[in-house]
Amino acid sequence: MSFINYSSREINCKIVYYGPGLCGKTTNLQYVYNRTNPDAKGKMISLATETERTLFFDFLPLSLGEIRGFKTRFHLYTVPGQVFYDASRKLILKGVDGVVFVADSQMERMEANIESVENLRDNLSEQGYDLDKLPYVIQYNKRDLPNVADINELRSVLNTTNVPDFEAVATKGNGVFDTLKATAKLVLTELKKGG
Amino acid sequence: MVRPQIVMYEEEFNQIQDVCEKLVRDANAIVVFIVDKNGQLIATAGEYENLDTTSLASLTAGNIAATGGMAKVLKENEFATQFHEGEHQNVHIQIVGQRVILVVIFDERSSLGLVRLRVRKANQALNQVFEKLIEKANDPNASSPLEEITDDDIDNLFND
Repeated sequence: MSFINYSSREINCKIVYYGPGLCGKTTNLQYVYNRTNPDAKGKMISLATETERTLFFDFLPLSLGEIRGFKTRFHLYTVPGQVFYDASRKLILKGVDGVVFVADSQMERMEANIESVENLRDNLSEQGYDLDKLPYVIQYNKRDLPNVADINELRSVLNTTNVPDFEAVATKGNGVFDTLKATAKLVLTELKKGG
Repeated sequence: MVRPQIVMYEEEFNQIQDVCEKLVRDANAIVVFIVDKNGQLIATAGEYENLDTTSLASLTAGNIAATGGMAKVLKENEFATQFHEGEHQNVHIQIVGQRVILVVIFDERSSLGLVRLRVRKANQALNQVFEKLIEKANDPNASSPLEEITDDDIDNLFND
């Protein structure tokens, strides 16, 4: 749910990074954080376990610039990917304006990807959202690993609705900003339509 | 599809800000802030210059969401009030009208009893303002600031 503040002339939106455990959601946010001008970002918060697995969420506030005198701010969140944290994932989806699905390209994670997309769809519909009507972008991460599935195969399984998708190596930053920009653009376009 | 937006207008923003500032004074608080349930900061008052209010807002919303989840499991409607006691500072968190979260940070210059009392009053005042905001948001004739934005405006934002 976007928040438009006439008083401070700000538009605030929420983007959630979703995906199976260890697919690179937090890595995406860390790369964005490391490569963003200090003026444009706030502190990155990670609520993680001692072994650095996301426990509740990561959070990164980001400014993208002004549109017609309105500052655009995006709040980026990740969900915990591990299956048993489903209750937390549902909470983080509340008020979402756009979703990035980070898929793990490794062949052996195909099933985990499928399960996670289905979980995303279910959890969104529980909140009254329809994934097909939300700004939605898919990222095929870990393209640098040797055992990755063919991109067309990933596409045919995970991107059945033909949304914008990107190949990525989040640890090196490849595709990270392309994914974010595409999502932010879809969110703003959707806001304009709904406005 | 549920896609309600919160739109904050100058008039209501000033009223909310006034309530926060009054609460800082009346409760002898350090900081008072209001966050929506999705973690967007709505208003802040008091000594917040050295405080990362954006992070606090998001964590408060996460906290409320998690507590709300617990309530659901226990078949409670919600836990409307929370209190965190620290060594030097304490945090009082109150859900207002099931929509927004009122947070009061205070130290030994105040007390939980006083904060609770003043929060109750502020709660009523805030409820009225937010009800008015919702009425405005539901007005079919309300215009959006985003209507005039063009695709080019959006494209320009992403030109490096």
